[in-house]
Amino acid sequence: MDEAGFRRAPVGNPIWLNAEVTFKCPLHCVYCYNPVDYTRFGPELSTAEWLRVLREARELGAVQLGISGGEPLMRDDIETMIAEAHRLGYYANLLTSGVGLTEKRIAAFKEGGLDQIQLSFQDSTRELNDFLSSTKTFELKSRVAKLIKQYEYPMVLNVVLHRLNIDHIQQILDLAEAIGAEHVELANTQYYAWAYVNRDQLLPSQEQLQRAEEITNQFRAKVGKKMKLYFVVPDYYANRPKACMNGWGSVFLNIAADGAALPCHEARMLPGLTFPNVRDHDLRWIWNESPGFNAYRGDEWMREPCRSCPEKVKDFGGCRCQAYMLTGDARNADPICDLSPHHHLITEVVAKAQHPGPPVTVRPIVFRDDRNSRKLSEPAQAQGIEATSSVD
Amino acid sequence: MSERRISADAVLALERQFRFQWEPAQNAHVLLYPEGMIKLSGSAAEIMKRIDGKRTAEDIVADLQQSFPGTDLRQDVLDFLEDIYGRGWIQAGPGR
Repeated sequence: MDEAGFRRAPVGNPIWLNAEVTFKCPLHCVYCYNPVDYTRFGPELSTAEWLRVLREARELGAVQLGISGGEPLMRDDIETMIAEAHRLGYYANLLTSGVGLTEKRIAAFKEGGLDQIQLSFQDSTRELNDFLSSTKTFELKSRVAKLIKQYEYPMVLNVVLHRLNIDHIQQILDLAEAIGAEHVELANTQYYAWAYVNRDQLLPSQEQLQRAEEITNQFRAKVGKKMKLYFVVPDYYANRPKACMNGWGSVFLNIAADGAALPCHEARMLPGLTFPNVRDHDLRWIWNESPGFNAYRGDEWMREPCRSCPEKVKDFGGCRCQAYMLTGDARNADPICDLSPHHHLITEVVAKAQHPGPPVTVRPIVFRDDRNSRKLSEPAQAQGIEATSSVD
Repeated sequence: MSERRISADAVLALERQFRFQWEPAQNAHVLLYPEGMIKLSGSAAEIMKRIDGKRTAEDIVADLQQSFPGTDLRQDVLDFLEDIYGRGWIQAGPGR
């Protein structure tokens, strides 16, 4: 490393490899964590390139594999990747909306050694208001759930909650029970990427959150052991930051569809850092040596109040992307922390979310699709974004 | 630990979502499960190696006694098995 004043922090092994194999997606979720400018990125890695990534990451010690996207099933070579992943000794997880999961494919995944399928449940349709009564959604999830059970996978459901669907928590839980879900993660939206663009529309009120949590607790008591239920509150309602990625470049390695190697899904947004591409470098160099992966390892980069904070060993100063998005500098404390001088940026947004009823907004909600991505890639972003539907 | 929940004739197997394997990068045996990994100590790994869907707890004790003669391992092994059964890592099924 030739950067002045740069001190190397000890480098461990990546444990997690997250393969965002494609940014293509049949859905248009308004809270998608894919970068808003994904349409700018280069071509997707080929099958052979992905297999090389799997081998190189495995050699570095990665053992948990997430195959995600976009919708990974938009690629027709997932079967090949799974078989190779299994042969290499990964514990392979497929993260899917279920769209495109046919019996032929799931049979091949099982044969290849896929360990787990995580089915997401979303209000992906443009008819946000009635998505839960949408028979299309119910039929798709029921059919996929049946396949998942038939092939002896546990039913793992991930439901993203936000202001517009959180009041339907009871129906969501009933549906989860009806399709035989065994693990259900009720994950409130975190505000990155598309969700950040739509933050005012998506952040629930305290009252909504409390009610949803109460209903979840009652439901948990009712269903007992047959369903494990997790309820994840939004960062914005916490007063200490999460230990994001368990520390920068600590255990998590994300490879995006175009081959960019990143310490988290969102890191590409950070200015002043260049992230290597697996087409140009091997993963050993990327993980151990590249400036991007070393930028926020350890605590040398920290500012006050993190620098002298005893909790820095626990939360690593929170999330660099959140710090950058909200304060303009990734080295600042994550403003979720109430010790941050920027914490008011959170409390102001939360205060606005307490008004009952639909949020008062100046612009309509923005769906994740190629057209909006191209608009958001332009310098004067967020101006003139067209919504194909609005929510009342 | 005094209360025994694994019956004497039950054969022990890993729960279906768990996988036991050697990890060169950790220089250890590990137990893998959805979104997680448990690094095992050498003695824990010796016990886990013998959980194969065929042996009972006493079979495992006997096998370990043979591999590591000279110390009485029985109590420690049974305690360990009860502990991981309680954690949901293994299932104890009816004998053949």
